Amino acid sequence: MTPPILEMRGISKAFPGVRALDDVSFRLLPGEVHALMGENGAGKSTLIKVLTGVYTADAGDVLLAGNPVVIGGPHQAQEAGISTVYQEVNLCPNLSVAENIFIGRGKVRWKQARARAAELLTRFDLDIDPALPLGAYSIAIQQLVAIVRAVDISAKVLVLDEPTSSLDRDEVARLFAVMRRLREDGVAILFVSHFLEQVFDISDRVTVLRNGRLVGEYETGALTRATLIGHMTGRVLEALEELHAPGEHAPDSAQPVLRAEGIGRKGGIAPFDLTIHSGEVVGFAGLLGSGRTEAARLLFGADGSDSGQLSIDGKPVTLKSPGAAIEHGVAFCPENRKTEGLVEDLTVGENIMLALQAARGWVRQVTDSDDLVRRWITALRITPSDPDAIAGNLSGGNQQKVLLARWLITQPKLLILDEPTRGIDVGAKAEIQKLVVSLADEGKAVLFISAELEEVLRISHKVEVLRDRQMIAELANEGLTPERILATIAGGGTGTVAAEGAAQ
Amino acid sequence: MIKHRLFWPVVALVALLLGNRIVTPGFFSVEVKSGHLYGSLIDILLFGAPLILIALGMVTVIATGGIDLSVGATVAISGALACYIISDQANQGSVGGVLFAVALALVLSLALGLWNGMLVAWLGIQPIIATLILMVAGRGVAQLITSGKIITVNSPPYKLIGGGYWLGLPFAIIVVVVVAAITAVLVRRTALGLLIEAVGGNAEASRLVGIRSRSLIIMAYMFCALCSGIAGLMISSNIAAADGNNAGLWMELDAILAVVIGGTSLIGGRFSLAGTIIGALIIQTISTTIYTAGVPSYRVLVFKAVVVALVCLIQSPAFRAKVFRRRHKRPPPQPKAEVPASDSGDLEVSA
Repeated sequence: MTPPILEMRGISKAFPGVRALDDVSFRLLPGEVHALMGENGAGKSTLIKVLTGVYTADAGDVLLAGNPVVIGGPHQAQEAGISTVYQEVNLCPNLSVAENIFIGRGKVRWKQARARAAELLTRFDLDIDPALPLGAYSIAIQQLVAIVRAVDISAKVLVLDEPTSSLDRDEVARLFAVMRRLREDGVAILFVSHFLEQVFDISDRVTVLRNGRLVGEYETGALTRATLIGHMTGRVLEALEELHAPGEHAPDSAQPVLRAEGIGRKGGIAPFDLTIHSGEVVGFAGLLGSGRTEAARLLFGADGSDSGQLSIDGKPVTLKSPGAAIEHGVAFCPENRKTEGLVEDLTVGENIMLALQAARGWVRQVTDSDDLVRRWITALRITPSDPDAIAGNLSGGNQQKVLLARWLITQPKLLILDEPTRGIDVGAKAEIQKLVVSLADEGKAVLFISAELEEVLRISHKVEVLRDRQMIAELANEGLTPERILATIAGGGTGTVAAEGAAQ
Repeated sequence: MIKHRLFWPVVALVALLLGNRIVTPGFFSVEVKSGHLYGSLIDILLFGAPLILIALGMVTVIATGGIDLSVGATVAISGALACYIISDQANQGSVGGVLFAVALALVLSLALGLWNGMLVAWLGIQPIIATLILMVAGRGVAQLITSGKIITVNSPPYKLIGGGYWLGLPFAIIVVVVVAAITAVLVRRTALGLLIEAVGGNAEASRLVGIRSRSLIIMAYMFCALCSGIAGLMISSNIAAADGNNAGLWMELDAILAVVIGGTSLIGGRFSLAGTIIGALIIQTISTTIYTAGVPSYRVLVFKAVVVALVCLIQSPAFRAKVFRRRHKRPPPQPKAEVPASDSGDLEVSA
């Protein structure tokens, strides 16, 4: 085996309260595409940030071509031959393509730069005009330009952090063509992606992290999708109390609260069917980027769907905006509390009242708001229990409870919860799970999305399985195990023709 | 009390007033002359009335996360239209005629606000650019109305708005009190204030709770333009003339300054009406000080700048912390400063 161009040995990195990386080692060979895999919080981004000098490791060594190096910052990483292209292109869209390739690289003779840029672009089969502003091109092209720039700064190691997350299929093929060419030139590529298909398509070897630890390093050819998913997810045991066994729920009525037929959105989620009955908890299971959130957003009108039909209580509806969905009794707690949920400047009480007040309009102020707020603060045990506390200062779990209270106050028929327990402590997590179960017992329909399969299984009556932006199966939660769901995700080949079309 | 968010603006205003009292002994005296109240304090309120109005409009726009640069131009247009209509009337003293002119000027102001609001809320143009259009073009419109001349009017009913008295008080002050009261009721007794703060604080979260932010934003710009329109009437009424070129010139900057001094962040979200009024009063007090203290005209701008800088510094927590620490809390040099944190912690526990 050729000696590795890059080696990371025994890297550890801790943040307050979290051990992000624990004795992780990693090897990258010249002329290979190496995928770094792991679920949320596995430590992928931390490892990349240590490699690119954004973070300093607490322990461990980085060796480049056998020599130990100390990487003090992104600039030093670049000088050492490690270039990174991030998910969001960090070039300047208002500058020309040529300027973007050469800016910040010391003295540049701009007349020659344009010719040199044209030459580089041709080498990568990129038929674009170096004189035009970068912003005139698609994100995919911008990303390729970023790669051209990175490689031209004599990169020996190229780090691609989720480069395909916003690309369509043709653009991915184009990116992979460039990656293969670089691999032939001997560049070592570290590739991070949530799309399993792409990992199997392009990578030579795979390193898997889980909970900040190294699981192992594998030849891609020796892996099946099932074994890879097994390595990534493992079995996480949690000290959560047992809830009553789900699966015993029989729908009260034939009339579902919500029925979706062929609802889909191009570039978001392939058309899917779904029914949710009153008193039923439906779980969405799938790996990160599988389209869980995208599907939920369509049901709430947060994004518009471009196909299919939704009915609520048997009546066909069109949800053009969240406001319309709320009028029909749908509520949605988004995945990202800080940017999409909370108004951090406002108080706890104001945040709780927001959805109800928006539904009433500005003229009719909710009169008994103080009582309502106090009642829900007590019911959900929000701490501090002061309604005038600034919402941004609360802990993650309490912020999540504020958002739950905001929606419960509107008495929705269907409650969509996108990762309601992410990033909150075990106690609050159990409380929220219990709350969901009791809400369903009261007759509410709940759509529950979580990356943790155990959690989905603990409270859902049925589970929709998603993969690569498609809903691939519906499983009744009777004797269902995480392994069975993972096997379904790994199974593959069940995508319908319609789904293929919409994923483009 | 020191934590109340109006504490430092009030301190700044009181300090300015006290400073004036020291320089001008009769500064606080208010007399009744022929049934009217007179005095420097009344002057501050009277001459500050247009700025208070505009600042009230500005703070609602800023709360939505926007800004309105066109308020000065709206002042000019509103005054120009009212004066043009009145000067065209056979009997300039007719109350009906003046009411008609005032109504038309205010309707036009609302239309200008609608224009700003549509550009921002429907077309998604950045507020600073969207309102810059009217800021520049508006002065041209005002000059079109006045045909480039200064239109003078001789209308006692019109004069009342900016220069007259009612119940012993300047009419302009009464207008401001009424507008401020209506605004406070609208904003705090309905959910308007909460919804505006939510939109300004987190636009995406507001969309996802079903707030119709477009109409709220348009309303804010229309309210701001209406306030500017009333201010324009006051200013032109006070000098009994419309000057399309100079009326309300640079008032947008004073209004923004008043909002910021009053403790409202330019980012949007939380806003304070009372703070904004205090901010406007601070700025007007500075202007009045310049006249009563007899600052030579060539020093006016520098004087104003220095005072504004001081007011801003007083309100800056970082600045206060620095000054405070330096004056009172410099710790005596400690030889044990090098002891690692964990050790010193143990020492404290055992002690």
